[in-house]
Amino acid sequence: MTKSIAEINEKIAKGQAVVVTAEEVIDLVNKKGVAKAAKEIDVVTTGTFGPMCSSGAFFNLGHSKPRIKAGGGHVYLNEVPAYTGIAAVDIFLGATAIPDEDPRNRIHPGEFNYGGGHVIEDLVAGKDVRLVITAHGTDCYPRRKVETWINLESMNEALLFDIRNAYQNYNVAVNLGERTIYTYMGLLKPNLGNANYSTSGQLSPLFNDPYYKTIGIGTRIFLGGGTGYVAWHGTQHNPNVLRTEKGLPRRGAATLAVTGDLKQMSPRWLVGTSFIGYGATLTVGIGVPIPILSEEILSYTAVTDNEIFAPIVDYFEAYPQRSPDILGEVSYAQLKSGKIKIQGKDVPTASLSSYSRAVEIANILKDWIQKGEFYITESVSPLPGVDSGVVVKPMQERPFEEEG
Amino acid sequence: MTKGKKVVLRFPHRLVDKPIVYRLVKDYDLQFNILKASVTPKEEGLLVLELSGKKKSYDEAIRFLTEAGVETQPLVQDVFRNEDRCTHCGACVTICPVNAFIVDPVTRRVDFHDTKCIACELCIKACPVRAMEVRL
Repeated sequence: MTKSIAEINEKIAKGQAVVVTAEEVIDLVNKKGVAKAAKEIDVVTTGTFGPMCSSGAFFNLGHSKPRIKAGGGHVYLNEVPAYTGIAAVDIFLGATAIPDEDPRNRIHPGEFNYGGGHVIEDLVAGKDVRLVITAHGTDCYPRRKVETWINLESMNEALLFDIRNAYQNYNVAVNLGERTIYTYMGLLKPNLGNANYSTSGQLSPLFNDPYYKTIGIGTRIFLGGGTGYVAWHGTQHNPNVLRTEKGLPRRGAATLAVTGDLKQMSPRWLVGTSFIGYGATLTVGIGVPIPILSEEILSYTAVTDNEIFAPIVDYFEAYPQRSPDILGEVSYAQLKSGKIKIQGKDVPTASLSSYSRAVEIANILKDWIQKGEFYITESVSPLPGVDSGVVVKPMQERPFEEEG
Repeated sequence: MTKGKKVVLRFPHRLVDKPIVYRLVKDYDLQFNILKASVTPKEEGLLVLELSGKKKSYDEAIRFLTEAGVETQPLVQDVFRNEDRCTHCGACVTICPVNAFIVDPVTRRVDFHDTKCIACELCIKACPVRAMEVRL
């Protein structure tokens, strides 16, 4: 059995496409078998909703009168600094940016209550934010300071651009140390007091297409409540990792760079997030549709939490020191049971990514496709695969005393 | 018997150095368990107690406290969840010392059992989206 994306889109146009979520497909395949289910199902929808630090947005602010060149100057949105090293009124705001005046970890652990992710959430919520630009002034851009309220509607373009999202698998974080530590994987209690994980497992986009047979550059997706696109493979994309027999990566592997029109998005799916003692970030909702072009592709989407394994990593010593040591592997089914065993000890588990919201995303995307509001795209170019030679490299430090 | 009623007591500055709580035992035959105690910079005393005893005695004790100038308030109102902000991720689940957050095994949503809450406030800063709020 094979289907083409054009055939699936024809069915979507007629309102006849059979769309199920990556959770619903599991039972269907169990009941009907792969061959029959692959004939019936056209699209499987996935979802994930978790903190994703490599997120941010480009904005074009519009030109003031007289003009000001923010490029090379300083721009703040609600006191959060944005990057100005591009043309006059184009700026980039990163999710982890925090106000210059934020005490950070000077009083440890810092709270990081407001950062770039929160500004993005406020903007998509339609709120006014305070824009302050300072610049050096030129003949063509004479202004040196602008202070004004601004909102998303008044800007020209506003583009979410996340350079690394939707990690295919991720560490389970624990703490072997004697004191509480404050990490991007949340608060970790001493002596294996808790274990935090962060993916939606069987619903996660890249676990449902482990060899990137459908997801590629140009794939149209649900992003932050609007539609977006896969722009590239994400940074630290690392497809050639240890895999299970079924091909599921047992370590962090592929990632996606994604982009979309921020003006279509919603604060329900882009949520400013704070990790105590660590920093600010943005929780992002992503859903990727997987066209069922073959039985093989369908069988990948029937993956269950029992079959997905993640490495357990100590964030007290191993992670900060970049040691490759892991404390074992654990399945997502075990993680979701509420406790896992590490070194003979029962350790309670918690998720940083919301499974219930991931289900909601998969259902929204399903609804869009069923209503004919969202069509499936053929990818323009595939993501680098297992044999691509793409690997993630560590930094090799070379002291300045050596020849450059 | 009233079992384990949690109450927040606020002592104004003039009462901070007065022995008051012992009278809950002596005069009203109540058992108490201190869940939280602090004196704020403005020198107001804050005490969170779990009180057990006869309902009549409990009511009389509350009346006594109020007349003595102590502000009383049932605890459940103190830590609450902003339902619009909560994303049901579950980061709070292992932080709470009394298991007031339970993940529903079917919906994977996090239920907050505020009757278990002892207002320790550990969840407030551990919640990544700051959905847990205190009203004191």
